[in-house]
Amino acid sequence: MLIPHPLLGLRDSQEFTYLGDASLMQRPDASAENAEAQFCDYVFLRDNPAGVHRELWFHEQGDRSWLVVTRDTTTHEILGAELALDVKGAAK
Amino acid sequence: MKFSGFKVVKEALTGHKGWTQLWRNPEPKPAYDIVIVGGGGHGLATAYYLAKVYGELSIAVLEKGWIGSGNAGRNTTIIRSNYLLPGNQPFYEFSMKLWENLEQDTNFNSMVSQRSIINLIHSDGQRDAYRRRGNAMMLSDAGAKLLSRDDIKRMVPFLNFDNARFPIKGGLMQSRAGTARHDGVVWGYARGADQRGVDIIQNCEVTGFKIENGKVLGVETSRGFIGAKKVGVSVAGSSGRVMEKAGMRLPIESHALQAFVSEGLKPTIPGVITFGAGHFYVSQSDKGGLVFGGDIDGYNSYAQRGNLPVVEDVLEGGMALMPMIGRARLLRAWGGLVDMSMDGSPIIDKTGIDGLYFNGAWNYGGFKATPAAGYTFAHLLATDTPHETATAFRFDRFNRGYVIDEKGVGAQPNLH
Repeated sequence: MLIPHPLLGLRDSQEFTYLGDASLMQRPDASAENAEAQFCDYVFLRDNPAGVHRELWFHEQGDRSWLVVTRDTTTHEILGAELALDVKGAAK
Repeated sequence: MKFSGFKVVKEALTGHKGWTQLWRNPEPKPAYDIVIVGGGGHGLATAYYLAKVYGELSIAVLEKGWIGSGNAGRNTTIIRSNYLLPGNQPFYEFSMKLWENLEQDTNFNSMVSQRSIINLIHSDGQRDAYRRRGNAMMLSDAGAKLLSRDDIKRMVPFLNFDNARFPIKGGLMQSRAGTARHDGVVWGYARGADQRGVDIIQNCEVTGFKIENGKVLGVETSRGFIGAKKVGVSVAGSSGRVMEKAGMRLPIESHALQAFVSEGLKPTIPGVITFGAGHFYVSQSDKGGLVFGGDIDGYNSYAQRGNLPVVEDVLEGGMALMPMIGRARLLRAWGGLVDMSMDGSPIIDKTGIDGLYFNGAWNYGGFKATPAAGYTFAHLLATDTPHETATAFRFDRFNRGYVIDEKGVGAQPNLH
């Protein structure tokens, strides 16, 4: 698989390590009333969709940036990639 | 029809006219007491033990394709009980004991062959770890033997003992481990279940669950609604996709795992061998092909196929361990879907929905568990209490802090 890095162009997926669902960027509020239950869900439960999946890849053997890659889990087709920093900035 | 040596001789002399179909292909009834979703090894074993051991009379197994066409037909057929942790090892040893008596029990040749497994040791630290594991295995009555380098040289002289980075320093052996014929296991359980009145319904995909007031009433399928007092889901690999229809999120990611077979060779590998420095394991089928595999691809996938980097990684492991494998040609490679769980261990439990039960999260190790997973899931479905060997496989172990993490890598499914 080739990942279209927003700064470096097409890079081999072998240069990256995989973390998982991009929703992991949204940590629960540790001071919330039910923080423990929220963190259990955050750490252990996944949507695990068959189809389009937004996921975190780390360019470990490259520029060491985190990317949010959009990929179809039923075909392995990569539909896009953004810098995780940009995604996080846009969410704020 | 009962299989026996006498029957084989008799049929040989009378033109093979007395063989009958191994199971019926019935139309689904409007309702059953228990519906099992998934006609793989686990689902069929569940139905078999429900009928045989727990005396259930009204059971259906629903399979979206043909039975055994998912992971039961895609694995590398290794059976073993060489786990470490107390939540796991008694369960896998229970499975091993069921394997040992499987063919007599089902009256079907599943080609269970206890040809042993050797986990190779390449460092002093690894020897300590395997000695500890061997002790855990002996505590559960599984048997284990720590082998020296010379022992292994005698048994499997073709390995590369003096690899510059990873010399072989010994091994941990379980003599009772081995392989079985995956299709033979599926067919044996299917035939045994069918003989006891279980309806095996193929080409019947579950498209939804009917749930009212927190209780399951049946399943919607591609062949119409089928009512059920209890529904057991046993679809590892596709657990996420199926349980989503019941509104459940699981501690599971689906991943692709690949396996490989070489062309047929003369008998060369006596048992199962695993490389301790890379992820590579190999055995030889009765047909002669070397059957081997390694790591999962490492990212969420429902594609039932893997990509080339893992092919390269597995074959590099093979070349490092046994250079002669480079002379064999690769015949086939394929991929399957595996439920990778957050601690690398399975789940056999009730769900939050009354009457809906779950068996899954088998990671890349579901085949060896087939008899015990079926037996313990049947126990849970019939009695509403977990079997004594499966009490640790609960959904709530994650939020209670009782994870069963053999590798100790935490909630990162692609590292288990």
